[in-house]
Amino acid sequence: MHRFLVKLSSSSSPFSNQLRSLKNQRLILPLLPSSKPFTSSSVSPPPSPLNASNRFGYPYSADLFRNLSPLNPNSRILGVNGITSSRCISSEAVRESIEYDVLIVGAGPAGLSAAIRLKQLSQEKNIDLSVCVVEKGAEVGGHIISGNVFEPLALDELLPHWRQEHAPIEIPASSDKFWFLTKDRAFSLPSPFDNKGNYVISLSQLVRWLGGKAEELGTEIYPGFSASEVLFDASDKVVGIATKDMGISKDGSKKENFQPGVDIKGRVTLFAEGCRGSLSERIIKKYKLREEVNAQHQTYALGIKEVWEIDESKHNPGEVIHTLGWPLDPKTYGGSFLYHMNDRQVALGLVVALNYHNPFLNPYEEFQKLKHHPAIKGILEGGTVLQYGARTLNEGGFQSIPYPVFPGGAIIGCSAGFLNVPKIKGTHTAMKSGMLAAEAAFGALHEGLNMNTYWDNLRDSWVWKELYAARNYRPAFEYGLLPGLAISAMEHYVLKGKVPFTLKHGKADHEATDLARKWTPIVYPKPDGVLSFDVPTSLYRSNTNHDHDQPSHLRLRDPKIPEKVNFPEYAAPESRYCPARVYE
Amino acid sequence: MPFLFDESSSPSFRSRNQNCLLLHLFCCSRPMKILVAVKRVVDYAVKIRVKPDKTGVETQNVKMSMNPFCEIALEEALRIKEAGFAKEVIAVSIGPSQCVDTLRTGLAMGADRGIHVETNSIFLPLTIAKILKSLADVENPGLIFLGKQAIDDDCNQTGQMVAALLGWPQATFASKVVLDKDKNVATVDREVDGGLETLNVDLPAVITTDLRLNQPRYASLPNIMKAKSKPIKKMTVQDLKVDIKSDIEILEVTEPPKRKSGVMVSSVDELIDKLKNEAHVV
Repeated sequence: MHRFLVKLSSSSSPFSNQLRSLKNQRLILPLLPSSKPFTSSSVSPPPSPLNASNRFGYPYSADLFRNLSPLNPNSRILGVNGITSSRCISSEAVRESIEYDVLIVGAGPAGLSAAIRLKQLSQEKNIDLSVCVVEKGAEVGGHIISGNVFEPLALDELLPHWRQEHAPIEIPASSDKFWFLTKDRAFSLPSPFDNKGNYVISLSQLVRWLGGKAEELGTEIYPGFSASEVLFDASDKVVGIATKDMGISKDGSKKENFQPGVDIKGRVTLFAEGCRGSLSERIIKKYKLREEVNAQHQTYALGIKEVWEIDESKHNPGEVIHTLGWPLDPKTYGGSFLYHMNDRQVALGLVVALNYHNPFLNPYEEFQKLKHHPAIKGILEGGTVLQYGARTLNEGGFQSIPYPVFPGGAIIGCSAGFLNVPKIKGTHTAMKSGMLAAEAAFGALHEGLNMNTYWDNLRDSWVWKELYAARNYRPAFEYGLLPGLAISAMEHYVLKGKVPFTLKHGKADHEATDLARKWTPIVYPKPDGVLSFDVPTSLYRSNTNHDHDQPSHLRLRDPKIPEKVNFPEYAAPESRYCPARVYE
Repeated sequence: MPFLFDESSSPSFRSRNQNCLLLHLFCCSRPMKILVAVKRVVDYAVKIRVKPDKTGVETQNVKMSMNPFCEIALEEALRIKEAGFAKEVIAVSIGPSQCVDTLRTGLAMGADRGIHVETNSIFLPLTIAKILKSLADVENPGLIFLGKQAIDDDCNQTGQMVAALLGWPQATFASKVVLDKDKNVATVDREVDGGLETLNVDLPAVITTDLRLNQPRYASLPNIMKAKSKPIKKMTVQDLKVDIKSDIEILEVTEPPKRKSGVMVSSVDELIDKLKNEAHVV
């Protein structure tokens, strides 16, 4: 496999001309002889004029490459300026490399808002910027799942004319109900939420629409490509990502449709992978971004959601219901939501905080139980389930925000963690963080400013004020459900976050799981096939489909731990906590 | 003719080419075009549901992709081109404006150009076949590849109808295709109910592809980028002078009745009684 360096200019026509001229010149570099195993020393920088530095002056010094130690098949040496050695050593290990001004990993609300903002700025200031968004889902919006009652604050700033542009935001929230559930009854409580001015939407549809807007403005979006590694240069600065090799069989060997991944480089890289993004977590760890601002650990919750099509008579578009209490016990934080969308559809879900103590708790089964509650059952009866899915969300809020800037880029959206926990809304803050990062990136690329302006602007913005005011709600529940509710009421009606102290989170979620011997197994009722379902039926509705002949997506760091620790001490909680039952 | 590697092909293609008929590798008597028809359908992994008004299956906000059999057809055409037997692969799609996305995927896999016949009506196989015949009259391909059937209607008719309209030989359910350029013949293994049947078809011919023919390649990111600059010609049905009046009208689409659970019977007599009096099959 030869190495093919492509320089992408920011506007499409010069690119196609450039490409045509490249084709005419047949700039194919000499094929590496297949008998020689690939070692870094045997590949010399290609004798091509593309090598010097690109149009924007991004330095490409090939001699940084010289001093790499010989490759060993088990180590992964992060490459330099285009040569990233992949795990399989062969003569084809030289990967193609593509450069952009800004690379965004993840086409969600944060990533797409950043892309749109960048393109808006480049149009305003008449400076071209090439922006690329890579998305692991097969289509934009394919991996998006959220309640969602949308607060259009950030969208009003980003695309003020969204109402005239057929945005899929049509159903205004019409009522806010808040119920405390016991096994048989529902008590109406004064709603802590005020959703006036917000809309009940499908976030995946909104993201699809945002993707269309971003493409109209000239962003290149590539769905179906997941970023598997971060690329660093010799000074440990992030220069981009490498996409996964495709066409690998279960045992790791290459299939006939093998396609090596590609290196995508950006002068600025923005990570917008969502909650617990794999690369973002590595970056946060590597650059110690939480320690830098004395942030606490992140805490999480698991949200499990179904979309139902219900009886016309029971459907009330815009109705927003939240519940607390049953089926979760007072020591477990969580609650459910039921939002009436359009087309007779409702979104129903249960959110369970992952610092629950009982290792026998099964969030999926709790969700099935919830649907049998008389108040919920009444709404669902006569309806059909259309879709199912689940996703983790951040609950750390203000206390857990890491320093989001690192050499080479920044982290935006839920990968950093801007969800407003008491409001249970994170879309608007994610979008705003994307916009602020885009402004900082633009400044960094064209005005010689530092990416740190992102952090400064974040702290000056409404995102910071909002998250600061909301910071004490969730930690208050460490003291239990009722004290938590009492403190929340105080916060909401009286204090509004204006206390001088900040409550801290308890233990990290994984440390909160208690030993199995202290608890008794919970016996969950069997699914009835009408309101509640077993996991395989639900999975079928999630439209996930994996090719059989594929390496396992789960790689345990130490495969002995489930036998030595999980099973004896915690009664194998992994067989219960995954809503897709991937651990068997 | 020197054998030029396409930049995007991986070395594994070389071995695949060696498995194809390499005897006449450097001999191209006449530069051949291959026309591949690709259909945009609901993605195979999506759980479909019928629209509440029963006029069809819900396609709004549902993931759409290239019909899997069409991908196999395109892959075979690309391999034939890479073996040196054809000079150009043209992808054709008939449907609404979003078909351009499907064509771009085809171009990213390696097709040279695309043709989009734009229409918002749902066309049944005969109309599609007539359109493809008109295109074949214009383009004069040496081979037309189609998937054996589309996964949305499962008609399995279009390829056969195209062949009949053109008066060309057809080899359907292909699981292996071997070309002999000198004799202008394709040897095709067909998957039939009884097993495998091998046919020799004179070119030009229509071949429809079955599952085991090949594994379609992934479109690599650089190829997706290059595909943006490949041309897609837009045409209308009027341009092709095709009569689109359909003889078939879809009255209603409903879900199949839910399967009732089985009943355990306690004796043979009871079974016979139920078969006779309840199921009315005896």
